[in-house]
Amino acid sequence: MSETVDLKAKLGLDVFKPVAIPHIKIRPGMEKDPRLKSAVRICPAGLYSENENGEVVLATIDGCLECGTCRIACGIEVLDWNHPEGGTGVQLRFG
Amino acid sequence: MDTFDVIIVGAGLAGLGAAYTLAGNGLEVLVLERGDYPGAKNVTGGRIYVNPVRDLFPGLFEKAPLERFIAREELTLMTKDRSVALTYSGNELREEPHQSYSILRAKFDRWLAEQAEEQGVMVLSKIRVDDVIKENGKISGVLAGGDELRADVVIACDGVLSLLSEKAGLQSHPSPQNFALGIKEVISLDSGVINDRFRLEGNEGAAHLYVGDITQGKFGGGFLYTNRESLSLGVVIGIEDAIDEKNPIEVPVLLEAFKSRPEITPLIRGGNSVEYSAHIIPEGGFKALGRFCGNGILVAGDAAGLALNIGFTVKGMEYALASGYFAAKAVLKAKEEKNYNTETLGVYKKLLEESFVLKDSENFQETPVVLSNPRFFTRYPEMIGNLMKDIYAIPAGPKERLYPTLRKHVSLGELWSMVKDMREVMKI
Repeated sequence: MSETVDLKAKLGLDVFKPVAIPHIKIRPGMEKDPRLKSAVRICPAGLYSENENGEVVLATIDGCLECGTCRIACGIEVLDWNHPEGGTGVQLRFG
Repeated sequence: MDTFDVIIVGAGLAGLGAAYTLAGNGLEVLVLERGDYPGAKNVTGGRIYVNPVRDLFPGLFEKAPLERFIAREELTLMTKDRSVALTYSGNELREEPHQSYSILRAKFDRWLAEQAEEQGVMVLSKIRVDDVIKENGKISGVLAGGDELRADVVIACDGVLSLLSEKAGLQSHPSPQNFALGIKEVISLDSGVINDRFRLEGNEGAAHLYVGDITQGKFGGGFLYTNRESLSLGVVIGIEDAIDEKNPIEVPVLLEAFKSRPEITPLIRGGNSVEYSAHIIPEGGFKALGRFCGNGILVAGDAAGLALNIGFTVKGMEYALASGYFAAKAVLKAKEEKNYNTETLGVYKKLLEESFVLKDSENFQETPVVLSNPRFFTRYPEMIGNLMKDIYAIPAGPKERLYPTLRKHVSLGELWSMVKDMREVMKI
């Protein structure tokens, strides 16, 4: 993700309740699938990155805005996608 | 184990609209919400149009915690270096009943849930529904956190990513071309400053739409709404366009670039960002709608794909409230007949078809195709911007006559292309 956007500061504005079990996972063996590449650019929280081996990594789920863009952009063949458990994740105060 | 007349999944506008109507008619209704409170996961751009739903919920909107009534509309075409804006204001927008309001969903949905609770609805938050219970081909309840909860009928109001209607087999996996992504910041600002900056009186509000360079010429745009003491500022972009491999877009960068435009910076100066959010919008329209009902289940709101881009505005919340209302009416009819199968519940679709919900969808079904024409987001803002530049420019030497100036920017070939585009627009 571009250095011009301080996404950490932006996400720091929001209230998040810890997610115990990550609700989105890259399916094992799919890390290099080209469909995942779009998530690196489109994720509004910038949670996806590509490492030097050309694998897409979802290092943390903290800061996930639960928009579901990655689910639609990449598809469920490469992502194991669910909503976080009840009462966890982002809790919007304005919406 | 408790059994309810109706279980509603999701305390958004569709779910709460249905719950409010059902409980008002004496049914036992349980609403399950995965957020900490109703509205915790809900995002709008936001503006709600009240006229289409006012009569479905008599008296409700008079006391609703809405932000400002929209008295000033503005459309801005943007290119990299300049912009041209069109403002509309009128007495009809200032007179009651007001047709649209800016809205913040965390506040509004929480309040609406309280109104539903007063009607007797049970709203349980912090509960994620994991699956439907299917018995003898009929949906008879939901699974949530290992508990089985049963009801005569389930209404899936779980939003644009309706995993529940997918699990119930009513919808297939969503396709990127039918969805747009919206990202937004809420920026707090003193109400007096808002009034001065946007030329508003009292509780008047402004709604701004920005088209062109904001989305790098792709489908989408920027928006700005004034709330009582904050601004909602954001960008919407079609997901298929954003992930186009030839010209991919870093979405978070779009919003920053938008904020740093000279048209925007003076409007948000001195404000503090207090929230950053993202949400998906169904934009596929009529042709992308899924199934509305099955045996023992109905789908309403964004979950059913009920949002509509009609060109100059995107509507969704009215359809959510209304589809919730009509889902409730269908359930009441089914209860009379003591039968909740697909056929009996099918009256829901008929009610939607007879109402503005599906009439709008059908009337505006060509909009997604027409708006997929990139010329609307690149060529036209460029052309109008350049024309204004030359019309307003006073050079050191003699000024060119107006007509040749116009013809310089609108050639015969260009006119022909415009006629062709216009023919498409006439389908809307």
